[in-house]
Amino acid sequence: MDKRYAIPSGDFTHAGQASSEIKRLLKQLNIPPKIIKRVVVSLYEAEVNVVAHSLGGEVLCSIDSEHIKITVSDRGPGIPDVGLAMSEGYSTASQEVREMGFGAGMGLPNMRNNSDEMDIKTSPEGTSIFMNISFKEN
Amino acid sequence: MTLREVLDNVKGEVICGEDQLDHSVELGFATDLMSEVLTILDDDILLITGLSNIQSIRTAEMSDITQILFVRGKMPTPNMIELAKENNIVLMTTQFSMFKTSYLLYDKGLSPIY
Ligand SMILES: Nc1ncnc2c1ncn2[C@@H]1O[C@H](COP(=O)(O)OP(=O)(O)OP(=O)(O)O)[C@@H](O)[C@H]1O
Ligand SMILES: [Mg+2]
Repeated sequence: MDKRYAIPSGDFTHAGQASSEIKRLLKQLNIPPKIIKRVVVSLYEAEVNVVAHSLGGEVLCSIDSEHIKITVSDRGPGIPDVGLAMSEGYSTASQEVREMGFGAGMGLPNMRNNSDEMDIKTSPEGTSIFMNISFKEN
Repeated sequence: MTLREVLDNVKGEVICGEDQLDHSVELGFATDLMSEVLTILDDDILLITGLSNIQSIRTAEMSDITQILFVRGKMPTPNMIELAKENNIVLMTTQFSMFKTSYLLYDKGLSPIY
């Protein structure tokens, strides 16, 4: 099953809608709550990053009986130094983003911790983050 | 400590979820940083925050947190209350600062996560 959601740039009231729908869906599929939390926390952080740091983008989720594969892509401006961006505490968030409760530089490291596999492709034309989370509890 | 006791201890008010005040919490966490909340593995915590916007409710939703106590007299907007009700999240508010609120609840036995 594939699900696609648009994420407009700068629209904080919208951030979390995709995560919220995916959460409902995974509950219906009886996925263990601990796994659902890992999925929606990662997806929510990714959504907030698109709203906060990019020109807008979209979420694509592919769900089968064993895992969820999430691709969050945007239209730029890209991440100049991914290694730096992945380090805890690094943030270029604007004052407006900080007032929304974000900008601690913890999102990307948290996404990595919650996913079984994570890959970032980025250029000035856009960033694409792929995450794979298995439904099996270990 | 039950949510009713939480309210008594901080002279707080319930905004929505009156029917869940007998629910009991053992752990508390105080922050205005939502990404920090999103790293917490425990679910059944009382989130104490001065951040009153739609993202504080969304963060609770994603983290399976079912009770939020707003400090510094922060009042959620109707949109936030609606989203909280959809997700069975109890919203409460107190006039006290985050520091005083945390002290009062810690003193009465609410435990920190770390
Ligand atoms: N989609 C993106 N496009 C461009 N830059 C990004 C994107 N996602 C992240 N970044 C950059 O990487 C930095 C670190 O991201 P991360 O999610 O870890 O922290 P944050 O968003 O700044 O704060 P937090 O996630 O804790 O609220 C950001 O501050 C930003 O500079
Ligand atoms: Mg982030």
